[in-house]
Amino acid sequence: MHPLSITASSVVCALGAGRAALRAALHDRRGGLRPSGFPGAPEGIWLGCVPEVEAVTLPPALAGFTCRNNRLAEMALTTDGFLAAAEAARERYGADRVAVVLGTSTAGVEETEQAYRRRDPASGALPADFDFARTHDLQALPRYVRARLGLRGPALAVSTACTSGARTFLEAATLIEAGLADAVVAGGVDTLCRMTLHGFASLELLSRGPCRPCAADRDGISIGEAAGLVLLERAERAAPDTPLLLGVGASSDGHHMSSPHPEGLGAVAAMRDALASAGLQAEDIDYVNLHGTGTRANDAMEDRAVSHLFGDRVPCSSTKGWTGHTLGASGALEAVIAMICVEDGLIPGCLGVEQVDPTFRSDVAIANRAAPLRRVLSNSFGFGGSNCSLVIGRALS
Amino acid sequence: MKCWVGGLAVLGPGLPGWTGSEPILAGAQPWMPAEPAVPAPAMLPPTERRRTSLAVRLALAAAAEAAAGEDAAALDTVFASSNGDGAVVGAILEALSDPEGTISPTQFHNSVHNAAAGYWGIGAGSTRPSVSIGGHDDTFAAGLLQSAAAVVARRRGLLFCAYDAPLPPPLAAARHTTIPFATAMVLRPEPGPAARAALTLRYVAEPAEASPPGEGLDALAAENPAARALPLLRILARREAALLRLPLLGDAHLEVAVEPC
Repeated sequence: MHPLSITASSVVCALGAGRAALRAALHDRRGGLRPSGFPGAPEGIWLGCVPEVEAVTLPPALAGFTCRNNRLAEMALTTDGFLAAAEAARERYGADRVAVVLGTSTAGVEETEQAYRRRDPASGALPADFDFARTHDLQALPRYVRARLGLRGPALAVSTACTSGARTFLEAATLIEAGLADAVVAGGVDTLCRMTLHGFASLELLSRGPCRPCAADRDGISIGEAAGLVLLERAERAAPDTPLLLGVGASSDGHHMSSPHPEGLGAVAAMRDALASAGLQAEDIDYVNLHGTGTRANDAMEDRAVSHLFGDRVPCSSTKGWTGHTLGASGALEAVIAMICVEDGLIPGCLGVEQVDPTFRSDVAIANRAAPLRRVLSNSFGFGGSNCSLVIGRALS
Repeated sequence: MKCWVGGLAVLGPGLPGWTGSEPILAGAQPWMPAEPAVPAPAMLPPTERRRTSLAVRLALAAAAEAAAGEDAAALDTVFASSNGDGAVVGAILEALSDPEGTISPTQFHNSVHNAAAGYWGIGAGSTRPSVSIGGHDDTFAAGLLQSAAAVVARRRGLLFCAYDAPLPPPLAAARHTTIPFATAMVLRPEPGPAARAALTLRYVAEPAEASPPGEGLDALAAENPAARALPLLRILARREAALLRLPLLGDAHLEVAVEPC
């Protein structure tokens, strides 16, 4: 693919709003996971919650979109100068030439959960004020962002479980390559809801403490919520040091709905596809930001896949010990983390890990390391056997 | 953006697969409303097959019909659905609002929007990239636009499937989908022996003129987001040239110029 410049990015997660909070927490090794205070959550788990989100109000004209997910999107839009950057792109290219491609696994289903609690006791009907189209519906997220930014280009909701956020980079690149857009607002927004918390609990995949990806004694996932937004444009005129999306790869496992292929064949295929689309070899990658959820199966599979391609020559780690697994936002959040890693020469070693799983063969970092990073590979894997890998680097000066 | 349509599929009330439906869609035979028989997917192992929901059955039946005679495992896929698996999502929401309710692991992994795509990968033995999208009432047009863009950008054949099933109460009252419907088509970057028509697509940032409500078969379009494909399916069945305008996002539309091969 032709590289795309990431001219703006914004992030909100358990570490706070904005890239500065995320950057500081990564350097200081301060995690954002806390014991759950989320109403109706399973007992005894830790979460990566964004408490401020509940106080966010949407602009009056768009108040009908109010739900936890669109509130989190609004937080990200008004953070890190994203709104101004998107408006500048709108002025530069025209509103109809800027597309919106956003990923989410559950959109505003948290609003539906609340509506179910307010059902009419006699008829079982949902309350009349419940707005399915502007909250629960997947399209509610890109519709909200498109309207909020005054855009008139194509808008797409991508929902491929935990690869949703990463996969939007591929669909955005497709729109630009096909000539349908000159700039794309891409990324992912996913919020805490009882559906995913109890769903992962039913699979017995939730950690009893803060998750410890790649640890010998890891015991599962901590769920988090996040919004990660990027503005992608053609990179031909990118200024030196502009963060770049150099490659995207995707694959399917074709194996099982919720268990990864044990040998990580799909993960290997996605990473290979990403390298090929960037025109790079394995030795061109300086750090791998793992999907690294903290489950026994995912991390073991991913270690096999990563060591198959990179041996123990490339340091890798998961940052989910800081943020939790933010599901359909994780790929976008971790793309922003990859940009910070490249900018700062930072390899953020897995948080809270005393001993790496002794069966692992890749070079798993558990303390922060400083190293010049030209290019970072970022992995996302999800239910349904969905895999997506991004290569993030920067324009050389 | 130009691409070529090959294999086609349709499944809905009175539309029992492409072969049986082609003369009906073309207007050569009358349309008779009838509950569609949606087969359990033969491509899945028996244990998985028995447990598949209506939404997954619809998607896989349409995808398999459109890809018949192709190397199905070699096609990238786009699965477009407004409601996803509403029966599963509805059951989970019921369980969450009941103090005694429990969610099963199978229910949870089937609730993801890409469940149908995941089953397609398992059944077809495909490791090719697959994306699942939503687009409310404009799901078909949004999926067609993204599919064509992928064909043009990546120069590969692609299987596009749009499907939706009615939601259970109380969600049904909040989201109008009264019939099951699915359609699928193989899109290619160049004409070939299997090509039926060339599609030239254009995104236009102006609203399409509202079309009058259809009658008979055409009235199905208002009953299911995937059935918004009917104007295109009818033109393809008639092997005619036409210019269609499919609404998108309230203030835009997808212009589709159809030229039969």
